[in-house]
Amino acid sequence: MSYDPIDIGIMFAKIALVFFVILTLAAYLVFAERKVLAWIQDRKGPNRVGPFGLLQPLADLIKLLTKEDFRPAGSDKWLFYLAPAMAAIPAIMIFSVIPFGSPVTLFGHQVQLQVADLNVGLLLFMALSAIAVYGVALGGWASNSKYALLGSIRGLAQLISYELSMGLALVPVVMLARSFRLSDIVNAQEGCWFIVYQPVAFVIFLISIAAECKRIPFDLPEAEGELVAGFHTEYSGMRFGLFFVGEYINIIVLGGLAATFFLGGWHGPLLPPVVWFSLKVLAFAFLFIWIRGTLPRLRYDQLMHFCWKVLTPLALINVLVTAWWMVLRG
Amino acid sequence: MCEDCCPDMEQTLFYILAAVTVVATVFAISEKHPVHAIVYLVTSFFALAALFYLLAAPLIAMFEVIIYAGAIMVLFMFVIMMLDLGHPENSARPGFWQWLPALLLAGATLVALGILMSNRISIPDKAAVVSIRDVAVMLFQKYGVAIEIISMQLLFAAVGAFYLGRRGKQ
Repeated sequence: MSYDPIDIGIMFAKIALVFFVILTLAAYLVFAERKVLAWIQDRKGPNRVGPFGLLQPLADLIKLLTKEDFRPAGSDKWLFYLAPAMAAIPAIMIFSVIPFGSPVTLFGHQVQLQVADLNVGLLLFMALSAIAVYGVALGGWASNSKYALLGSIRGLAQLISYELSMGLALVPVVMLARSFRLSDIVNAQEGCWFIVYQPVAFVIFLISIAAECKRIPFDLPEAEGELVAGFHTEYSGMRFGLFFVGEYINIIVLGGLAATFFLGGWHGPLLPPVVWFSLKVLAFAFLFIWIRGTLPRLRYDQLMHFCWKVLTPLALINVLVTAWWMVLRG
Repeated sequence: MCEDCCPDMEQTLFYILAAVTVVATVFAISEKHPVHAIVYLVTSFFALAALFYLLAAPLIAMFEVIIYAGAIMVLFMFVIMMLDLGHPENSARPGFWQWLPALLLAGATLVALGILMSNRISIPDKAAVVSIRDVAVMLFQKYGVAIEIISMQLLFAAVGAFYLGRRGKQ
């Protein structure tokens, strides 16, 4: 099979579309978070720039771009400059394996609404989320500041611990779908979503992804009360912006993955598939904002004990039970 | 796949990735600063993973990144940061006698590689991508007992490390 120009053009168009939609959505997620938090706390939130404050993300962007790009004395120049990119790029790369709609036909070509349908898609997600740890760790270390270093060491330990429970929560999904390919996983849920078979795995996955995107109640790496701003204390301007936007890209991507693995991806009645997928992703984003407005921050030892003594054993037991169930059912 | 229609592109990619792997590994060895050495080594693992993917072994490619770049190097970095080892000015460059075993080993590897290359082994078939099912059957049916023994050994090592590292009763 060879590629013709239309196929290559569609490929580039898909990549551009994903970049554009995710970056815009991430910027507006920041706005939505401020609005929803204000609503929860009985305030008004941003309402000055544009109608209902809708142009606030644009104003924030201009502010970040025109701020001084500051580098502290004694910091490690190259790693300090590289770290924000190392945090944001893996997050956006993960989206390349998520199917965000049913295949459509354009100009007589069958087009998968997914950038790359790898047969190891789920593992690519695990690999890239493991790589995202370096942004946090190197950013904090290269800043040459004790708060940043403490934040990044906490971040390192937290991210690699919760990656374990997240991976174990995905094992039953692979067992049910019998594939690592994300489009197969979505197609396997055409009749019944995996959340019905695997409620425990879903809860473990949800808690783990909250920890993976360093959100309250798991935002120990940037705990404002103790560490100023944690690993990105010394960053300013657009480099801080990259860390910040990376966090929201992470929310979108992990929400999309949770929808893909447990809520049937783009499957749903009546509405078109792309709309269903967007609704599910936005529902997860809202859930994360809601949790942030409701729960307090955990203590560090509670965080680690919860992962190693509760989530990981529970996920292992869940894998065993699923395996037995599948063997007995034949 | 694009690789089938343009083998030249695949070859070019192979040489670029191979060059990145070798250069990054050399830097990882020669770099004095441990954290920089880790970054170079992770770069090398990444390029190596892409090479595995090109050679029709996607599972190995992913494991290379998940296990080596994502777990082992992160633990190395954690230890370096915790123990505050990031002071290269205090450490001396290794002398000739410390280099010697490494040079001997590298020489032996190069000779073995030369012998292998002179035998002209066939390149793996791109169409026959090794599926995850094949790997699983191979590991857990054909070599199941060996895998169990190795995992028991790892468990013993973990328990031993835990025993050594635990605090004595007051």
